[in-house]
Amino acid sequence: MAEIVIENLCKRFGAFTAVKESSFTIEDGEFFMLLGPSGCGKTTTLRMIAGLEIPSGGKIYLDGEEISRRPPSQRDIAFVFQMFALYPHLNVRKNIGYPLASQGMKRRERTAKILEVAKILGIEDILDHPVSGLSGGDRQRVALGRAIVRNPKAFMMDEPLGALDAEFRERMALELRALHDRMGATTVYVTHDQLEAMQMGDKIVVMNNAVVEQFGTPKEIYEKPESLFVADFIGSPSMNFLDVDGAIAEGQSQVSVKGIPIAVPQQHESAAGDVILGIRPEHIRFSDRANPSARVCAIEYLGTTQVITLQSDAGSIKARVDSSQSVEIGERVGLEFESCRISLFSSATGKVLRSALHGRTQDG
Amino acid sequence: MSHSITDATLRQKTIAGTLVILYASITMVPLLWIFMTGFKTPPDSISYPPKIVYQPSLEGYVNLFTTRTRVSPEKLAELPPPKNFAEEIVRNREMVIAGPSKFGERFLNSIIIGFGSTFLSIFLGTLAAYAFSRFSIPLADDLLFFILSTRMMPPIAVAIPIFLMYRQLGLSDTHLGMILLYTAVNISLAVWLLKGFIDEIPREYEEAALIDGYTRFQAFYKVVLPQAATGIASTAIFCLIFAWNEYAFAVLLTSGTAQTAPPFIPTIIGVGGLDWPAVAAGATLFLLPVMIFTVMLRKHLLRGITFGAVRK
Repeated sequence: MAEIVIENLCKRFGAFTAVKESSFTIEDGEFFMLLGPSGCGKTTTLRMIAGLEIPSGGKIYLDGEEISRRPPSQRDIAFVFQMFALYPHLNVRKNIGYPLASQGMKRRERTAKILEVAKILGIEDILDHPVSGLSGGDRQRVALGRAIVRNPKAFMMDEPLGALDAEFRERMALELRALHDRMGATTVYVTHDQLEAMQMGDKIVVMNNAVVEQFGTPKEIYEKPESLFVADFIGSPSMNFLDVDGAIAEGQSQVSVKGIPIAVPQQHESAAGDVILGIRPEHIRFSDRANPSARVCAIEYLGTTQVITLQSDAGSIKARVDSSQSVEIGERVGLEFESCRISLFSSATGKVLRSALHGRTQDG
Repeated sequence: MSHSITDATLRQKTIAGTLVILYASITMVPLLWIFMTGFKTPPDSISYPPKIVYQPSLEGYVNLFTTRTRVSPEKLAELPPPKNFAEEIVRNREMVIAGPSKFGERFLNSIIIGFGSTFLSIFLGTLAAYAFSRFSIPLADDLLFFILSTRMMPPIAVAIPIFLMYRQLGLSDTHLGMILLYTAVNISLAVWLLKGFIDEIPREYEEAALIDGYTRFQAFYKVVLPQAATGIASTAIFCLIFAWNEYAFAVLLTSGTAQTAPPFIPTIIGVGGLDWPAVAAGATLFLLPVMIFTVMLRKHLLRGITFGAVRK
């Protein structure tokens, strides 16, 4: 269907910069997530791709064609709004058929097409209902129907599950992903929910403060965060951060935190200022002989795993361990870090330092 | 019967109902009195004590629509028998019909000017309100205030300048002049009211239409307008009521061709004494168009007045 290339895209609203020089590529047929906290510019980016905002600078290519200045009607992109935006004065059938009517499609063809889409979404029986009485899930399906009915080159979805209740979200997320796999259409999906992004996306762009922080597969983003923000934003509980003593030299493979030596992947980059060590809770094991030693402060039981909050010599740490492991509050344990999983970040720039884990890579 | 706290007892319902009916009756009495007077004969209309039960007559309506001349009884006897009920009524008063009165014409003027200016105010007001609501317009706030400020002055304060201006422009006593004048007065109300209504319509609807392949104007026309119907209807009623009832400008600026009903009705009083039934008949007919228009749009009006008060 369509490849979308974003090149140095930016958007300013007066003095406020919503999106700063962003570049990334959405490959054909990808389920692509734009992830970030609210106000980070992800929705503005989506709206620029769809043509609802005109970029202040940069280019958008859809299948090799530059489209950033075209009106939305000439882009062949469908958009699913968070609040669905179904036309309240039309019934379900007319809502779904609305994009076809604008193309001047014949009534008979239209009826057939609407029915086909309704079957895919399982909403044939509500076609003649007014949209006002529909449940959240059905509204969502009608909104999707309106999007897929004209076989657009790409779908834009702005937190489409945001207005649904928790139980329903899960189901719609699966339905959405299945629908995408069946249609194979390029989909760009905005969300602030990291779980949703990890669960559904082929690729994720993490945005913060109007800039793209990282762009990659969910696995890359989770295992090799490029910045402190990504490391902190992705994962629950988030990554542990400890202050490293002194500077880092190239080739170094051990650092010290409050005097405790900790092995790290071999560093490919030196850093002069403050450095922060990051380790995910699941990469920490308990071992009596290991350093640093810590006291168990709290235990959150989560079924298969448990999250243990510890007060260590190196600082406050959360560890995720198997729930079969018996731990008691007040107990003293030694912490063993899985050294190959450790990331070091420059405190000044917020960026990761290149190492054996974080190869010399990536710029969009 | 259930006893939830919101259920009123029969006694409370009776009291509330009685009060409402009482209030409605009090406010309806003058209207009813006008309506009844229209069907009285002139002597009945001024009899004391006032008559509540009387023989209904169409004399008021006949007098309203005709001009009459008094003739001597001898001459009256020579005339051929009356052709219709109107002539019969008039001859009973020793008069003959000389011709139609100007009421029909004045009434038509009111309709042309009232509905014309309402249409124009709504048309221009909707476009302006949409623009103010959706686009970033330089100095939008100042412009909106400026538009509103045209309503701060009492209309009569600008009556003389407008009178002089209209005389120079040849707009005095013309339909166009009155339509323009009432539009100018109503447009600030229309822009402000409609902007409020359009602000309440989520932009996503239009954006969805843009995405679905429609132009901005099509999105406005096909998606925003149906949504704004409630607001447009209630604004139209306010505009029509103003234009329909307006008296001061009408007296000053119209005298012949474009005279509306409000300045005309009092002149009936002067023709052949105090003809209360004719005045009442005129007032009754004058009430009808706005009443019909309001009843037609009442569903919208009620929704419109409480619009935005409750979150949907």
